[in-house]
Amino acid sequence: MQLTILDYGAGNIQSVQFALERLGITAKLSNNKEEILSSDKVIFPGVGQAHQAMKQLRTTGLDVLIPELKQDVLGICLGMQLLCNTTEEGNTIALGVFDVDVKRFEDDLKVPHMGWNLIKDLKSDLFKELESPAYMYAVHSYYAPKCDLTIATTNYGIDFSSALQKDNFYGVQFHPEKSSRDGAMLLENFLKL
Amino acid sequence: MLTKRIIPCLDIKNGRTVKGVNFVNLRDAGDPVVLAQQYARQGADELVFLDISATLESRGTTCEMVKKVAREIDIPFTVGGGVKCIDDASLLLKSGADKVAVNSAAVKRPELVQELSQNFGNQCIVVAIDAKKINNKWKVHLAGGTIPTDLDLFDWAKQVETLGAGEILFTSMNHDGVKTGFANEALAQLSKTVNIPIIASGGAGAIRHFETVFKDGKADAALAASVFHFGEISIPKLKKELQQHHINMRLS
Repeated sequence: MQLTILDYGAGNIQSVQFALERLGITAKLSNNKEEILSSDKVIFPGVGQAHQAMKQLRTTGLDVLIPELKQDVLGICLGMQLLCNTTEEGNTIALGVFDVDVKRFEDDLKVPHMGWNLIKDLKSDLFKELESPAYMYAVHSYYAPKCDLTIATTNYGIDFSSALQKDNFYGVQFHPEKSSRDGAMLLENFLKL
Repeated sequence: MLTKRIIPCLDIKNGRTVKGVNFVNLRDAGDPVVLAQQYARQGADELVFLDISATLESRGTTCEMVKKVAREIDIPFTVGGGVKCIDDASLLLKSGADKVAVNSAAVKRPELVQELSQNFGNQCIVVAIDAKKINNKWKVHLAGGTIPTDLDLFDWAKQVETLGAGEILFTSMNHDGVKTGFANEALAQLSKTVNIPIIASGGAGAIRHFETVFKDGKADAALAASVFHFGEISIPKLKKELQQHHINMRLS
């Protein structure tokens, strides 16, 4: 299987690559259109600031390519948020695959939402064989509200979308690559989709 | 619900774990990777590596170590010690650290916190603060707690939050190594002062100390070294007991 991790200067690429290595998969880092189009699965990682990340996606032309991909795509953390319509972080217009707007957590909560939290209401093969609810590690200050595309929720002040899906596009707000055995199982499930 | 986190801290010198680590059945307790794996398996929620090496050469060794840890470990980890500029942080993050901790360099040049958070995002910037209560006032100390400053703990915490810190690691020098419990009063005040997560450090000696640091100290995470390294407290037992005391834990 050929798996590509989108390379646009995002921070946690190495961690994702290592997590896949632990599953016996060598993933290729790339921002090359042909390479991405010819791969079986694509991972869209992301740590950092949304506005800055969108700028980098535009520079590499990935902003046009990503929404057109036909193979399974997994957006992680900021990767998931950038697949949404807009995000309040830097008032950024994102890629618009998921028809939902990303908001900032209210100030009565400690922000970032950081640590291990439960994902529940699991509704996808992405979570196959995972116990529900399952603990995943998350670090984020912005969230996608619950919507028609929600396939998992997490509670932090409110119930929000900790995973989204539309057709071949999947997004998880947490970091499966840092979420111990359950996270590894989710990545394995994505590879098997 | 978000769980409270239990974080073992490992001191690193020349790519090896220092401070006596007394783990039964470990091939090499001086190997940070082996030790980190052991803690991850026991249910540690995160790890902190503190590089106490002084030379540039040994910092290169640290990056190699970080890479090895990142390759093997599937829980988040922070690396701190001697981070002075964007390049230092960038090297550690590129090697696979999830977060970097800054301490003295940030006090000397507060803009560093802003530069780091703008470059890497505030989620991966931990500001470590060592403070000591002197004449009823909490004063920030530098260089591993050896140099006192006039800076007030709470003022500094507020400032680093504004500058973009994602988390604060507060070590009470009055409590560190004494094993009589954490600085719960100061911790609770810190939680009221800032709106970012607080890691409590210094004072862990018994399971009940972890209970009070979460209940009274309002900490989001508790860090300890020797009680874990010497097997005085086992992480699975600790987490189970805390859960029984209605503190939300990730149990594996």
